[in-house]
Amino acid sequence: MKILVPVKRVVDYNVKIRVDKETNAVDLNNVKMSINPFDEIAVEEAIRIKEGGKCDEIVVVSLGPEQSKETIRNALAMGADRGIHVKTEHSPEPLLVAKVLAKIIEKESFDLVILGKQSIDDDCNQTGQMLSALLDCSIGTYASKIEIEDDSFVVTREIDGGLQTIKLAKPAVLTTDLRLNEPRYASLPNIMKAKQKTIDDVDPSDLQIEMQPKVVTKKVEEPPARIGGGKVDSIEDLVDKLKNVSGVI
Amino acid sequence: MSILVLAEHNNEILKEATKKAITAASKIANPVHVLVAGIDCANAANDAASTEGVEKVLLAENSQYKNMLSEPISELLIDLMSEYDYLVSAATTNGKNILPRVAAKLDVSQISEIIGVINGKTFQRPIYAGNAIATVESSTDKNVITIRTTAFETAKESKSTAEISSIGIEKNPGLSEFIEEKVSGGERPELTSAGTIVSGGRGMQSGDNFKLLESVADKLGAAVGASRAAVDAGFVPNEYQVGQTGKVVAPELYIAVGISGAIQHLAGMKDSKVIVAINKDDEAPIFEVADYGLVADLFDAVPDLDKELEKIQK
Repeated sequence: MKILVPVKRVVDYNVKIRVDKETNAVDLNNVKMSINPFDEIAVEEAIRIKEGGKCDEIVVVSLGPEQSKETIRNALAMGADRGIHVKTEHSPEPLLVAKVLAKIIEKESFDLVILGKQSIDDDCNQTGQMLSALLDCSIGTYASKIEIEDDSFVVTREIDGGLQTIKLAKPAVLTTDLRLNEPRYASLPNIMKAKQKTIDDVDPSDLQIEMQPKVVTKKVEEPPARIGGGKVDSIEDLVDKLKNVSGVI
Repeated sequence: MSILVLAEHNNEILKEATKKAITAASKIANPVHVLVAGIDCANAANDAASTEGVEKVLLAENSQYKNMLSEPISELLIDLMSEYDYLVSAATTNGKNILPRVAAKLDVSQISEIIGVINGKTFQRPIYAGNAIATVESSTDKNVITIRTTAFETAKESKSTAEISSIGIEKNPGLSEFIEEKVSGGERPELTSAGTIVSGGRGMQSGDNFKLLESVADKLGAAVGASRAAVDAGFVPNEYQVGQTGKVVAPELYIAVGISGAIQHLAGMKDSKVIVAINKDDEAPIFEVADYGLVADLFDAVPDLDKELEKIQK
């Protein structure tokens, strides 16, 4: 079985972003960038499946600027086998990402694609579902457990009310939720080894995809600030304020 | 410009999230039609028909729609979308699961979790865990949109009743099969529609200690939530999680207990009307968004709160 894991380079989850009022965009200068946390969980899951003897090769793919190669390298150091870098100036919208991924899958077939459920920058939560549509295959979003059977996957999903278990025909696209696994740290020898692994470059213009976005961002603003910081001295004081000042109890 | 809303229901009534999506839909385009899909869900269709803003209800009853699996529902929606300009749903796990699949088949982008409607093509949506608000504009004729339910009011009951039309059943792609669902349910209100929420974080130290919060929640008629840290630690199940990637809530009163206030948690609750924080670390970032912060050991403060509330009740 071959597994494809798309990964995205995003602002690190610990960074509090700032909106640049001049450019009307989120300021990305000198900001720490990392692999999208949900994608890291996807890489880890693929590696665990391979360690369980049920996968022959893990290919990691990323769309984005040259620095996205670092993100791919990061996944290779964790244990993925090889990388594909599709160089784009910015990070394209989910539909375009899904189209690029579908083209790559057309060239070499995969039994399973595992992606993060959403990237923590644009919070779209779309790419996996869209890819499944373009491939006409099954979709298992928000996976917290993946079991591999001969011709299907049994996936437990985190849903609003609790957990749902479904059986999906192969091939499938799965997206990860937080509780699927805890990603490993790459060891130093593996980081060294990853430097020898192949990353193929793909030019999006060779894929015959119109890379024009269908939705454009007109502006980005800071949300209205919440004024907090009020303190109370005791529970009696708190209950009194909730009852008599705010009127919420 | 017609708009179709994908409903979620429990066979008897529409979920509140759907009624909020109906409100948002009426701001985007008209007429608003609602699709109720499932089995034995005629009552839910009646509820949809008597909701303000709804002009027509499509009822698709078939066992293949029972569990809202993405593949059969999206096939149905793709067929229906030849007649509509917009497809809308609440950004629940079902909406988020199904709509992008439909959008890709229609060769359009999806606009996720909108919080504002500027006009029929321009919308506001939070990015970076709500730390920035983007105004986005679509260039396509058809549009697929999910709604951040905390930003819209619940549609009221209508005096008139809309027409209900049963629709035929299309093919099931047969790619997926439902096995089981473990839903906690219980007596308490749902997190996303509760007026009051009591949430616990890592400071709770164990799942057992959540009983302290449950007792307070019972007195307030509140739902119980949790931070990611508490869910990851196994104190409570995943459906309790409030935050960027969990549930986004905006109750009248949110009581955060033993929650430090990571950006990802604040993203899920900072639009609450009144926020109370109880934490022994006076530097905890949760205090920056709290209207009423109490620096105290939660194991003293929560039982005290419980007693005070009991006094009020008497």
